[in-house]
Amino acid sequence: MKKEYLKIDKVVGPLIQISDVDDVFYGEVVDIVEISTGKVKKGKVIKIEEKNVIIQVFQNTAGLAAGNSIIKFTGESFNLPMSLDLQGRIFNGIGEPIDNGSDIFSLVEANINGRPINPMSREYPRNFIQTGISSIDTLATLIRGQKLPIFSGNGLPHNELAAQIVKQARLGDNVHEDFAVVFAAIGVKHDDEKFFRKSFDDANVMDRVVMFVNYADDPIAERITTPRCALTAAEYLAFEKHMHILVVMTDITSYCEALREISSAREEVPSRKGYPGYMYSDLASLYERAGMLKDQAGSITFLPILTMPNDDITHPIPDLTGYITEGQIVLGRDLFQRSIYPPVAILPSLSRLMKDGIGDGFTREDHAEVANQLFASYSKVQEVRDLSQIIGEEDLSPTDKKYMAFGRAFEAKFLNQGFDESRNIIQSLDLGWRLLALLPLTELDRLSPENITKYFPKES
Amino acid sequence: MAIMEENKINGMISAINGPVIKGKNMTTFKMREMVTVGDKRLIGEVIVLEGDMGTIQVYEETEGLKIGEKITPTGKPLSLKLGPGMLKNMFDGIQRPLEKIQELSPIFIPEGIGLLSIDDQKQWPTTLTVRPGDVLLAGSIFGTVQETEVIQNRLLVPPNLSGTVIEVVPNGSYTIEDVLVRIQDGKNQVYELKMAHEWPVRTPRPNAYRRETLVPLITGQRVIDIFFPIAKGGTAAIPGGFGTGKTMTQHQLAKWSDADIIVYIGCGERGNEMTEVIEDFPKLIDPRSGKSIMERTVLIANTSNMPVAAREASIYTGITIAEYYRDMGYAVAMMADSTSRWAEALREISGRLEEMPAEEGYPAYLPSRIAEFYERAGSVETLGGDDASITIIGAVSPAGGDFSEPVTENTKRFVNVFLALDKSLAYARHYPAINWLESYSGYIKILSDWYEDNVAEDCISLRNKMLELLYEENKLQEMVMLVGEDVLPDDQRWVLEIAKIIKVGYLQQNAYNKDDTYVPLEKQYAMLKAIEYLYERGREGLKLGIPTSQLKDLDIFSQFIKMKYTVPNDDLSGIDRLKEEIDQHYEVLFKKYEN
Repeated sequence: MKKEYLKIDKVVGPLIQISDVDDVFYGEVVDIVEISTGKVKKGKVIKIEEKNVIIQVFQNTAGLAAGNSIIKFTGESFNLPMSLDLQGRIFNGIGEPIDNGSDIFSLVEANINGRPINPMSREYPRNFIQTGISSIDTLATLIRGQKLPIFSGNGLPHNELAAQIVKQARLGDNVHEDFAVVFAAIGVKHDDEKFFRKSFDDANVMDRVVMFVNYADDPIAERITTPRCALTAAEYLAFEKHMHILVVMTDITSYCEALREISSAREEVPSRKGYPGYMYSDLASLYERAGMLKDQAGSITFLPILTMPNDDITHPIPDLTGYITEGQIVLGRDLFQRSIYPPVAILPSLSRLMKDGIGDGFTREDHAEVANQLFASYSKVQEVRDLSQIIGEEDLSPTDKKYMAFGRAFEAKFLNQGFDESRNIIQSLDLGWRLLALLPLTELDRLSPENITKYFPKES
Repeated sequence: MAIMEENKINGMISAINGPVIKGKNMTTFKMREMVTVGDKRLIGEVIVLEGDMGTIQVYEETEGLKIGEKITPTGKPLSLKLGPGMLKNMFDGIQRPLEKIQELSPIFIPEGIGLLSIDDQKQWPTTLTVRPGDVLLAGSIFGTVQETEVIQNRLLVPPNLSGTVIEVVPNGSYTIEDVLVRIQDGKNQVYELKMAHEWPVRTPRPNAYRRETLVPLITGQRVIDIFFPIAKGGTAAIPGGFGTGKTMTQHQLAKWSDADIIVYIGCGERGNEMTEVIEDFPKLIDPRSGKSIMERTVLIANTSNMPVAAREASIYTGITIAEYYRDMGYAVAMMADSTSRWAEALREISGRLEEMPAEEGYPAYLPSRIAEFYERAGSVETLGGDDASITIIGAVSPAGGDFSEPVTENTKRFVNVFLALDKSLAYARHYPAINWLESYSGYIKILSDWYEDNVAEDCISLRNKMLELLYEENKLQEMVMLVGEDVLPDDQRWVLEIAKIIKVGYLQQNAYNKDDTYVPLEKQYAMLKAIEYLYERGREGLKLGIPTSQLKDLDIFSQFIKMKYTVPNDDLSGIDRLKEEIDQHYEVLFKKYEN
């Protein structure tokens, strides 16, 4: 029988401190029971010093006082019951059902912190996922088992893009797959959560979605556990039940801000912009849970969404994320303002795993060259545009004028596509060739003669 | 490693805060001593001692630890077991083989698996090269084991032992724990020599003396070998924001450098990158040995989600292994990707210790730790009398891509080659995205003799000339941005055209092309020489008043840009033919203008 404690010494934000405690372990889960109402709040031991214990409370600490609550140590780590029945259900950030359904009963429980995957056990991801979006498929290809974040800004259509990917993503037309979505909403607006729920409905996947929701007005300590619960569910479905899981998570920025708030309540030494020094390791403990395992089916493909504060890609949140994830899809405000959807800014976007998942046998032999050429040419378009700002488009050289035309067509036809429009990779690549044909052949130095002969559009 | 616990007094956990724990009753513990913590026997290291209190950084997840659980001393500092069996293998930050961990736990890395090390069961066919009566000095070689197809492990007398051989086993198969030789020192003390010996990671292994570094590390990468060479025994840093290709560049160096041994540390980076190395390296053939490059490679992996304290240790584990192979007389190259994660691990531990931070939360001792690390590189004469070297190439991941942050700034102070990766080049898919304006090599002067003797008399002056041309192009580009290219005089436009060839046809190198991924020095030189030839012939034309547009023959230009693919690495006649083509074309053109 574990002891129960009555006296809270100190409450700071989401943290409470109690003293004279025996026999607790680091990471132990705590129930905090309000005596008058019997309501239970959950917490976790995050620091022990002699007999003093600091507990992070996942619900609101308002109303807690010395003497009005009983603190019970449960003797357990933060575990969640795991079952196939998770699918189609909605939970809060600490894994309690909020859809009026029954609790999940299972003998299988998993610690939400997970453990690092042994690199020897990993399988290097190589399977191309077709999202049906030209800019992503051609230029920042998503690979099964990849972690590829969407770097967005406030007001940009990142939710639409994520929903479209969920709707359209497929491995190939003939591949039979057990596919499910794990969706974690961290500090999101109720509207956003509704939007996703509706789009899962539209895509006919709702009974294959596991949702973990922490609303913007929910307690911030719960934001720390929301992604961990979601990834634990994903790991169970992917690595125990061998399903292919797409994890969509929004918004990582809310997560990091919660991390900062708790860190400051703990009076820790801050590093950049007040974020804790361990934020890199902490984010990595989420992102690195994506992947595939050798010799067994199942995968976790991870699509976190983050809004860059002030659209600043060097802000610590996108910066540290970019160092851990396998590339990034960056949305651009100027494209958005010109009504281009999806506004994927291709130059800063990158998929690190694409090199091994495209080309002959995966997509088409010319894919790498077309992608490289589009990048190089569009990068040149930016230079020419800067120049035309100064000297006027009229005075550009004939070649530069062609670049201007290419840039416009590329944005209007290639980047721009409908929310319900899905283009397969062959269509996207062919479209790329038609656009590149607007430029003189001598400018196309990334294309090999063989592919030019084979794919360059004939004069019509 | 046997853990001595009988005669030792155990400590007791008194506080837990993430990877940092405090203990009581630790008066008999030593600073930097390795300990096991708690009932699960997690591995840790003492980092602060104060009265009977001690602070320990723990190399494994601490969840589940309780106050009052015991802390057991091991009596020795964090050490590695150095012996055959490290090549072709991957270890975690404290030298535990990931393959063995996988046998214990197939998918995830659990805590509390204890100390594992190199295989102590494997029988190695061993040749002993000493006889009773021989005098063995510290660091000398007493036998050999063929560790992999290409690398012979030379069995070393530990650097702290010496004596006269009194007993030797016959040649045959032995494990790393078998006693092979007994030696007796001047005080009649007898020591046993085994294949493996232990060495504390934080103590540099001694050498006889440091020598000058006079030979370049040939990497097969044009922008490095010709423009910013790294000396064998030198130090280099590769800083770059995310997406600029640090890891890619490090992989290329690990694959193609002409070092005997490669130690590759994935420090706080992605798990998939290490998996990629394990999958790719065995398939790649070393152009010198004709065997897989894995045969000469040791991998250390502390991925970003593994415990942070082990990240701090992984750098020392790597360099100690590098020193061990150096002491056998090998040229070792060590890649650390990324040293910033190591610095951040220092910062995290420092924060948990509530130390007073200096810049951006980093501890004040960051510069001295960086200096100590890079100073373990060098070209040396080993204790055994061989020439050997360690080259360190560290990737740096500056926050926000800003090179003025503390880790980049301090690294710059202690390395000689700075290969700055550039975001805008990466955006334009110019790889390797090494910015030629910001990068530098401090080895040009001392290596110039080598280049003159081994490549070509004018190699370095050619390099300087082409680099100047690139500097000039940069200035001209600023002008072009203001007024457009058309108003520049013809000679300046010619510089722009040639610079474009250097950038696209020379500096860009395709790691995925079978010829271009590794280019021998002769071809590197010949290509640049050919570009210079085109430049000079064009200037002759300019003197005759021929406009740049006429000199820029599209066919020749496109051949220049593609010569890296079209001219095979082992047959450079294509480059000569290209020169002939220039001559023919320009002769006709010049005649027209002469009249």
